[in-house]
Amino acid sequence: MALLSHLLNTLLQTLLDLIPIIAIIFGFQIIVLRQKIANLKNILLGLLYVLIGLGFFLVGLEKALFPLGKIMATQLTDPAFIYSGFESIPLTLHWADYVWVYLFAAAIGFSTTIAEPSLIAVAIKANSVSAGAIGVWGLRIAVAIGVAAGISLGTFRIVTGTPLHYYIIVGYIIVIIQTMRAPKMIIPLAYDSGGVTTSTVTVPLVAALGLGLASTVPGRSVIIDGFGLIAFASLFPMITVMGYAQLSEWRSKRSMEKLEKQENN
Amino acid sequence: MARLFSNILKTLMDSVRDLLPIIIVIGFFQLIILRQPIPNLNSILIGTLLVVVGLALFIKGLQMALFPIGENIAYAFARKGSVVWLLIFAFALGFGTTIAEPALIAVSAEAAKVAASAQLIPDIASERNSYALGLRITVAFSVGLAILIGVIRIIKGWPLQYLIIGGYICVVIMTVFAPKEIIGIAYDSGGVTTSTVTVPLVTALGVGLASSIRGRNPMIDGFGLIALASLTPMIFVMAYGMVVH
Repeated sequence: MALLSHLLNTLLQTLLDLIPIIAIIFGFQIIVLRQKIANLKNILLGLLYVLIGLGFFLVGLEKALFPLGKIMATQLTDPAFIYSGFESIPLTLHWADYVWVYLFAAAIGFSTTIAEPSLIAVAIKANSVSAGAIGVWGLRIAVAIGVAAGISLGTFRIVTGTPLHYYIIVGYIIVIIQTMRAPKMIIPLAYDSGGVTTSTVTVPLVAALGLGLASTVPGRSVIIDGFGLIAFASLFPMITVMGYAQLSEWRSKRSMEKLEKQENN
Repeated sequence: MARLFSNILKTLMDSVRDLLPIIIVIGFFQLIILRQPIPNLNSILIGTLLVVVGLALFIKGLQMALFPIGENIAYAFARKGSVVWLLIFAFALGFGTTIAEPALIAVSAEAAKVAASAQLIPDIASERNSYALGLRITVAFSVGLAILIGVIRIIKGWPLQYLIIGGYICVVIMTVFAPKEIIGIAYDSGGVTTSTVTVPLVTALGVGLASSIRGRNPMIDGFGLIALASLTPMIFVMAYGMVVH
């Protein structure tokens, strides 16, 4: 019963979220463009799918993944777990003691990004626009690796207490250098991937991890270090997506050169 | 009937595959590293089932509704040829999708509490509410502006990187001068604005515009609206902090 009312509540929320979008689009279609909406029946059905789908998705996440993921994040960052093999909790912490935290950060960053619906949407679009040159899975995995590396490095930063802006500035310098060298067609997509990753699935779990770490590692501030992880999660996908394009360009160049050599012989 | 059924089955299998990594990661860490049983197994199974069905439905609806809507309106504006109306639409879409965003409402209420406890504003309900509303309008305005600039960029064919890199330099400079309490909220607000419904719609709009304007390449010119929409809120929220505090 509680589930049902929760579900109805979320559906209503999602509907409220959708209404302004629908109103603006249909309003402009009818008043400014004076145009009938083609395939109206299909589109309304599709919108119904979006509404129900998103509602189910959110309720399911709140029932299953978020509680468990949040408990795990707190347990993994708990000094009682980290120093479980030790005789006593040492006075000064060593970054290597937190190795399970870094691994968990990378794993959860990767897996939540793979399930991120807005990234799936962008990947489908990029695949059809590039006529298949950019694979749906290639892009999703490239972004997921970026988020994994970013969040893992972000937890390392919280543990060691090094300033956030050093990492971010170095990251952006790498982005600028890659922008000058990467194939032109990947750049806007790579920049978009940064904004797409920080969405429904990733943010709550990552925030729980940041919060758990910041509240158990001595000398960290919950406010400053919690949001730092999100900044990492939107920076690193840009690097890995451009890297993915550079790698595929380099590989196709090399196989072309091989082919030319064979022909010359 | 059989085709419909196999179609549904395939979509469901796809979403199982999309969610499998999370299930493996959580199962591995819970059972092997933390050595704990899975609590509330029933509720977790029901939740997982809901997530699978929900994701499958959403992806279906995305292709049936959100993509075609975004593309059709882009084509219609390109045919009509009225740049002014297109820009009004771009702003309205960005502003309208953001102002009602539940995540933004939550973040701005939280921000008002932080500001009140840091004594930047008087700690009374009316002051907090007007601070939160101001923040919401600021973020929504900045997203509207981002989509508007992004659409001008698509029409003109400007390279995206100059806008984005210039914007981030602006963010770095403002971080030095903005009040400390607002910085975290500013950085967060960039991520809040790109919701699951907005992303496919805006992406389809950009790609649709770039493919219907001669001389534009949908790959190079069509993407980039999301990147702009996650950048401008940071700048404007910090500016809001500098003005209000």
